[in-house]
Amino acid sequence: MEIEVMKDILGENDTVASENAAFFAAKKIFVLNIMGSPGSGKTTLLERTLELLADKLRIGVIEGDLFTAKDAARIEKHGAPVVQINTAGGCHLNAAMIRKALGKMDTDNLDVIIIENVGNLVCPAEFNLGETAKAVVLSVTEGEDKPMKYPLMFKEAAAAVINKTDLLPYVNFDRAAAEHDIAVLNPGINIFGASCTAVEKDDGIEAWCMWIEENYRKVSENFSARQE
Amino acid sequence: MHETALAEGILRIATDAAANNNAARITEVGLIIGQMSGVETEALEFAFRFLAKGTLADGAQLVIERKPLVARCDRCGRQTHLSEYNFFCPECGGVLKIISGREMQVAYVEAD
Repeated sequence: MEIEVMKDILGENDTVASENAAFFAAKKIFVLNIMGSPGSGKTTLLERTLELLADKLRIGVIEGDLFTAKDAARIEKHGAPVVQINTAGGCHLNAAMIRKALGKMDTDNLDVIIIENVGNLVCPAEFNLGETAKAVVLSVTEGEDKPMKYPLMFKEAAAAVINKTDLLPYVNFDRAAAEHDIAVLNPGINIFGASCTAVEKDDGIEAWCMWIEENYRKVSENFSARQE
Repeated sequence: MHETALAEGILRIATDAAANNNAARITEVGLIIGQMSGVETEALEFAFRFLAKGTLADGAQLVIERKPLVARCDRCGRQTHLSEYNFFCPECGGVLKIISGREMQVAYVEAD
């Protein structure tokens, strides 16, 4: 016999993601899911972001990693509350992992939660976590062809950070081509340049932080609007 | 790599459907996978074959229907099949919104 089913394969994850999203909305927390290749500079970007926003927003961090707590240790040094999720080899975070991590966070005293996903340009894009927005970090050492090779992640993201711009003189990276490809893949996406370790800081990182602040404001204002 | 997670989802949906219909054995599971979904078919089949061992779906075949990427312009309303990932309307320069091609669904289960 043929049994009609028509169910989403990731339906269970999507259900938990919606519950997470409702939780974040009720708590007025802006939740940003940062994705990108291993070594693209996600943790360093996060550290710079925490430094720049420390006086303005109360930021909590959820760190996804295959096995280690190395990134969480780096974040802790900045004084931000951090929860480590070890996926034990799993290539992405899922919504249930986030729900579990939330139990270990003081969510009543947070404005923003930044989730650093497992380093991977493919899998994390398929798994909604209930986040308010996704962002992707692409470093110039990876090559400008990556957006079109891994389109889904760039399609899903509300912001893209082109990282390590201080290395542009030394690598074959066509920044204009990369920005063009990202923009045609995802019209309206916010693109920022960043160099997180160079002495001469890229202005893009301040624009990136302002984008986070704006998004937090939107989340809290939407909430107020609903309450009226 | 996430094909294992997908295979787990497929197996759960398929065996639930079979059990609800008092079926003893699943022979085939029909999937709809969009062109812009990050699914590697061979890895998915391998993971499914492995996970299905000892379940109702032991030995079942995955039959995959690929859905092309189709988008509609938010300005002129024109529908376009996309072969390249350019989401600006070729006619008017408006923004194309995806209407199909992102699916990952279990469509049907064939069971005895």
